[in-house]
Amino acid sequence: MPFIPHTDDDTREMLDAIGAADLDALFDEIPKDLLIESLDGVPDAMSEMAITRLMRERAAQDGAPMCFIGAGAYEHHIPQAVWDIATRGEYYSAYTPYQAEASQGTLQTIYEYQTMITELTGLDVSNASLYDGASALAEAALMAVRCNRRVKNGRILLAPGVNPVYEKVASAIAGTQNIALERIDMDMQTGNALAALPEGEGPVAVAIQQPSFPGTLEDVDRLTDWAHAQGAMVIAIVNPTSLALLKGPGHWGAEGADIAIGEGQPLGVPLSSGGPYFGFMTCKQKHVRQMPGRIIGRTTDLDGEIGFALTLQAREQHIRRSKATSNICTNQGLMVTAATIYMALVGFHGLRSVATRSHQNTATLVDGLTAIDGIERLLTGPYFHEVALRLDRPVAPVLDALAERNILGGFDLSAAMPELGDALLICATETKTGADIDAYVSAMSEIFGAQSRKSA
Amino acid sequence: MTDLPGDLLYTKDHEWLRREDDGTVSIGVTDHAQSALGDLVYVELPEVGQDVESGGDMAVVESVKAASDVYSPIDGTVAAVNEALSDDPETINSDPYGEGWIVKVTPGGDIDESDLMAPDAYQSLLDEEEA
Repeated sequence: MPFIPHTDDDTREMLDAIGAADLDALFDEIPKDLLIESLDGVPDAMSEMAITRLMRERAAQDGAPMCFIGAGAYEHHIPQAVWDIATRGEYYSAYTPYQAEASQGTLQTIYEYQTMITELTGLDVSNASLYDGASALAEAALMAVRCNRRVKNGRILLAPGVNPVYEKVASAIAGTQNIALERIDMDMQTGNALAALPEGEGPVAVAIQQPSFPGTLEDVDRLTDWAHAQGAMVIAIVNPTSLALLKGPGHWGAEGADIAIGEGQPLGVPLSSGGPYFGFMTCKQKHVRQMPGRIIGRTTDLDGEIGFALTLQAREQHIRRSKATSNICTNQGLMVTAATIYMALVGFHGLRSVATRSHQNTATLVDGLTAIDGIERLLTGPYFHEVALRLDRPVAPVLDALAERNILGGFDLSAAMPELGDALLICATETKTGADIDAYVSAMSEIFGAQSRKSA
Repeated sequence: MTDLPGDLLYTKDHEWLRREDDGTVSIGVTDHAQSALGDLVYVELPEVGQDVESGGDMAVVESVKAASDVYSPIDGTVAAVNEALSDDPETINSDPYGEGWIVKVTPGGDIDESDLMAPDAYQSLLDEEEA
């Protein structure tokens, strides 16, 4: 988009035209008692030079460790071309342009993204993305309440494998709107939902995460059919990489999940100390008018040529104001551009190779670590690329000892899911070599004491 | 000039009411409203049996350029909804006072007509809005 400058005279002329004394007067309608001068815990502004130095120092603290942590964000190889292309001037914006006549390339990119995400999840329609996986769960809960109007209790049931951080974020956003999130009890052998599911009045929706946060594969068909039999909708929370191997949510149970959401970061977005990432959301066609966020549609112009435009905008806040499907209604344009390029470059077979290799590497790591006396698998059953291990000692000191050897050994589950005890969640993606895995197993053996090695 | 059937009552939100023989009240949007909205593409209907209260939103009509709430002019219970609008929302454009009815409500008691207008009063409102 062209840069259009304006001088002080231009500004003055525009203010005079609308009868405003100065720029601050444009914000007069905000009540004075709502204005705050400073935010607690947010330091004063810094100069560019100072902030650059601070960020360099912080980034250096990360070092270059070998990372075996997953727990919601995953280290995958990102082909060099992804960000070379995504950072071209034509794409390098976080903003979705409204003007179809000036933005065909960006709009087509998002349209291609929507197509790819619907294919991965097996559902009909996708939006242009949301902020991240956690806030996508909140949006899905609000959407389910709007769609499933027959159920008025505001209850959203969460399968035991739902990421606890997602639950916190969703509760913070949806909890103020008379929506209550409740957990289904966990079977402590499998980490999945108990065989006996709750009875009584059905909830608005059941949210099912696959793979689960502690790495197991939930019986999604059973839960989906049970939820639908109770008149509840099904919200699927999925890892996009896993969908190259696992059944898409649109094919869960007899009717398929109604809404699928998840964290898009594994698709070409670097870990970056925690963000920015992006959330994705797809749903069945019949629910599209209650879906939040932008949607790009393909159309034809007056000359019969294919073109792309924002569509179904009457759901959105610039038209529906406070009654919009969401008032957090932007997308993560730049991250989605990278994800689209990533998916286009690796293709379906590439994504399946990434998923398969990640599974194999994790299996190799699990075999190595569980050969050590004092380490065993915590939960039974199949897994994708994350596994929970039970340690015979507290997890935090073990992770510290590994960190001293430049290894990020996994995610300590004991705070997030205390019911699991001294549990460590590990993940080895396709980025890890056999030597990396050997190095981790050797380091762990040292920490646990060579003499305690199980005799084969 | 817009078409205003004489047997209907009107609201300032550009809705119309018709007392049916079965005791229900049919509710729709006026010719002026459908014209202002433009071609309708979607109608969100309430559930039959749902309670509605005067002034509360009851349905949504969406055109290519706007979405607008339809408010209930009376207290009562939804007796019927015009399911045909789900497939053919543009019926509201072509026949706003007939086949384009949206909801039938069973009134919860006597209808408070103080906020409702006869055709001539509604016409005056339209004239004021245009002025």
